[in-house]
Amino acid sequence: MIDTLRLTAEEAKRLLDAREVSGGELFSAYLEAIGARDEELHCYLHVCDDPGGNGIPIAVKDVIGTRGIPTTAGSKILEGYLPVYDATVVERLKAHGLRVLGKTNTDEFAMGSSTENSAFGPTRNPWDPARVPGGSGGGSAAAVSAGLAPWALGSDTGGSIKQPSALCGNVGLRPTYGTVSRYGVVAFASSLDQVGPVARTVRDCAYLYSVIAGRDECDTTTVDLPQPVEVPQAEDVRRLRIGVPKELNEAEGIEPGVAAAVRAAIDKLAELGAEVGECSLPLSVEYGMPCYYLIAPAEASSNLARYDGVRYGFRAAAGERLEMYERTRDEGFGDEPKRRIMLGTYALSAGYYDAYYGQAQRVRTVIKREHDALFERFDALLSPTSPTVAFPLGARTADPIAMYLSDLLTIPSCMAGLPGLNVPCGLSEGLPVGLQLIGPQFGENTLFRIGHTLEQALGFDPVPERLR
Amino acid sequence: MAVSDWEPVVGLEVHAHLKTRTKMFCRCELEYGAAENTRTCPVCLAHPGALPVPNGRAIELTILLGLALDCEIAGRAIFARKNYFYPDLPKGYQISQYEAPLCGPGRFGLPAADGEREIGIVRAHLEEDAAKTVHAGGATGRSVGADYSLVDFNRGGTPLLEIVTAPDLRSADEAMWFLRLLRQTIVELGISDAEMEKGTLRADVNVSVRRRGEAGFRPRWEIKNMNSFTFVGRAIEAAFRQQVAAHEAGEEVVQSTYDYDADTDRLTVHRSKEEADDYRYFPEPDLVPVEPPAELVERLRKQVRERPAERIARLGEHVGLPAAVELVTTGNEWKAEALAAEGVEWRAAHAIAMNRGDFLRENAPALARIVQANVTREALDDAFAAAAEGPIAADDYLARTAVSDEEALRPVIEAVLAAHPQQVETYHGGKEGVLGFLVGQVMRETQGKADAKVVNRLLTERLRR
Amino acid sequence: MAIERQQILHVAHLARLELREGEVERLGTQLNDILAAVSKVSELDLEDVPPTSHPLDVVNVWAEDEPRPSLAAREALANAPEQEGDYFRVPPGG
Ligand SMILES: [Mg+2]
Ligand SMILES: [Zn+2]
Repeated sequence: MIDTLRLTAEEAKRLLDAREVSGGELFSAYLEAIGARDEELHCYLHVCDDPGGNGIPIAVKDVIGTRGIPTTAGSKILEGYLPVYDATVVERLKAHGLRVLGKTNTDEFAMGSSTENSAFGPTRNPWDPARVPGGSGGGSAAAVSAGLAPWALGSDTGGSIKQPSALCGNVGLRPTYGTVSRYGVVAFASSLDQVGPVARTVRDCAYLYSVIAGRDECDTTTVDLPQPVEVPQAEDVRRLRIGVPKELNEAEGIEPGVAAAVRAAIDKLAELGAEVGECSLPLSVEYGMPCYYLIAPAEASSNLARYDGVRYGFRAAAGERLEMYERTRDEGFGDEPKRRIMLGTYALSAGYYDAYYGQAQRVRTVIKREHDALFERFDALLSPTSPTVAFPLGARTADPIAMYLSDLLTIPSCMAGLPGLNVPCGLSEGLPVGLQLIGPQFGENTLFRIGHTLEQALGFDPVPERLR
Repeated sequence: MAVSDWEPVVGLEVHAHLKTRTKMFCRCELEYGAAENTRTCPVCLAHPGALPVPNGRAIELTILLGLALDCEIAGRAIFARKNYFYPDLPKGYQISQYEAPLCGPGRFGLPAADGEREIGIVRAHLEEDAAKTVHAGGATGRSVGADYSLVDFNRGGTPLLEIVTAPDLRSADEAMWFLRLLRQTIVELGISDAEMEKGTLRADVNVSVRRRGEAGFRPRWEIKNMNSFTFVGRAIEAAFRQQVAAHEAGEEVVQSTYDYDADTDRLTVHRSKEEADDYRYFPEPDLVPVEPPAELVERLRKQVRERPAERIARLGEHVGLPAAVELVTTGNEWKAEALAAEGVEWRAAHAIAMNRGDFLRENAPALARIVQANVTREALDDAFAAAAEGPIAADDYLARTAVSDEEALRPVIEAVLAAHPQQVETYHGGKEGVLGFLVGQVMRETQGKADAKVVNRLLTERLRR
Repeated sequence: MAIERQQILHVAHLARLELREGEVERLGTQLNDILAAVSKVSELDLEDVPPTSHPLDVVNVWAEDEPRPSLAAREALANAPEQEGDYFRVPPGG
């Protein structure tokens, strides 16, 4: 009898290689778990039949295109759309024998921090179904925590992998920009979007990263890794220099319980021989949000222009072309995409470009430089991933800006294109708290090493108490 | 005030399909006339998640054109998105170049009767063409008034070179003249087939007018997608007439887009609520900058030989511009040059190059000697026929000189007249047409060696006696 | 700088969004709040700071001009909301 709540991908691989379980048994074990728990949690928008084979099952966020499998990006405007090709990351999963379990729920076009913006209804947090799993990748994070998948792929623009992993208590990596192909991934903000792994352990996370990373000739913004991915073995952080940015750790709105859990983890690292030092990212934190909410919507307003009802997806009935465009997009898009399309269109429009988009791109340079400077002194930076633990459904839906603040701490490093790893570090009010480790460009291996060491030292149990 | 007090001020935006095998941002094969929607993929259909990958050959061809127009080649070129909605634009934006085009300012030396006119090139950049929309039903066959439209994405994403000139052209003729020579340049470099009737060469025309000697510019009209040289000329003439009339009448001339109606030979304001006046250009985040490597630019520079405009100017000094254009655009240029190089007078060389068939270059010296010698028509025909097949020796033909010595011809003529008394009678009866027969007889007696002109004259003199 | 109703409608037209009455008001208020927040970027004087449009500095990536197979018309049109023959069909322009 397979316990999907505790089974890691690594263990699953061992069982499969040793022929202790068959691929079919393993796949149906997850289908059973989904049948039993997904009614309540709604992690999946689509569940697949077993494609056969002996590989490990995996869940895929619904912004990632899968040939012949519905891909909606959580939007009504893509309802019924069947991709005619696989995203490069999906090709790579298949090349490694991994089998797609299903497509996980997401905020519409990955725009959101709670998965409540999905046109197909919200996903609920396995630790407390009255609360959100975070977002936009709430479906993937919740599925992994609830044992509905051993691991999953997510996508991150301003925190959509790290923040849900923090709120659901698992491990999520937002890779260095350009190390994972975006080809076939529904675009939100091209210069920020990155696909990354969500897993129950750092080792699984590192392994899955090694599967999807590397240059893709179909995405000109990708590069090969300067050094191969190392799945962490040793629990050793001695002499690693870890910076603790004041502004990221003392930002207003960080709950005391969250601050305490992260503080404890920092002390543990010092205890294990890491050289912990305070540092500062004043401009990045103060201007990161405004910069992000100009650049991301601007790119989104252009990326979402292709949803016009001409070649695929939803088309509203209309007698005349202009009417067809405007109705299709009005009825097909939900509130959040509309808000961002409007904001981005305005920010790019004549007379405002320099003041908004142009200025934001300069701020982005400042943020990049501020981070680069710190990495001359430190191997990694550390802070809470989310200011708060999982919040109740509906708590922030009425107030966009309150919702945007959920990503306050994850956004700056995203703007700089740097890797970030969420590692669970304890509970607050019975809900998971996550810390983020931020590395220099291509610094993933260091993040894995620190994360793995912490994971072992803290002994956090990733299985939601109510499901144990 | 008379029309002659005004001059047109014309600038062109020329679009040419690049001669590549595949599209600009995907590797769908380009094939003119392929069955509809059989040359598409997720990229050129703008499916969710699809990303562009530039065509390296298209980048080379654009730089090559830039070098041919003496443009500054950018150190760092950046693709940009031009945002607007239309069914033939699947992404909702066209990938083009905005602030940092591949080719910066350049110049085009336009040969003119009174020396050379310099036409400024503002820029040349790379972009992608739109798909083809067929407007079905309705009266006009135009978008407005159609019952519905059908879209074929085969052409969508074809590499498109856009060349923008300064408003330096001063007449419809000059604009067409420039367009012809620009086309010749593009075709010779193998950059594009540039066929207007196939739509692989299109021009947007900007026209304003001003009083002669007036500084600065007045509001201009933009006439889009002209697909024939004649229409370009006619549209400019029409714009000139209408604008002058308006200015003379003290009416306001507003800057706007116009359509040329060939039937009425008039321009009408182009109206469409679908057109955006605000394209929201921004750097294409799915593509990285292009920094043309020096070695690539140098390799391409070697491919730019003497340009047609320069060659026309040079030949024009010998044979006049029209003849020079004729030689350059028909590919007969080298023949005239080869013969002239061997001492054949230029106008004769032009006539021969245009009227005789091809010949092996190595035969040029022999042919030059033959055409300059006084050989018979037959000898000349034989020489050129043979010169196309293989090497010839001039001496084989020089022997066949035409006999124009009157003393030698007189006896032959007397004999012929004696042999044909009937024809002589007919001639005196007033039917002078028979002269041709008698000339023919003399030519036969002399195995075609006689100089037909001389025989003709001698016979007439003799019969008139 | 606050956006007036007219601008909202203009931007909505540029973005091809037919906003219904309620929406214009609600979006208008929210946009103004968000703009007030993001306008913070203008506090910084960055005259001589270059813009970053890419976190990664890569240049000169292009492909050989070698054809690859295209989709069959059937696949290309598989998701079409409306088609006629092997064409995508759309309503007429106004
Ligand atoms: Mg253009
Ligand atoms: Zn294509």
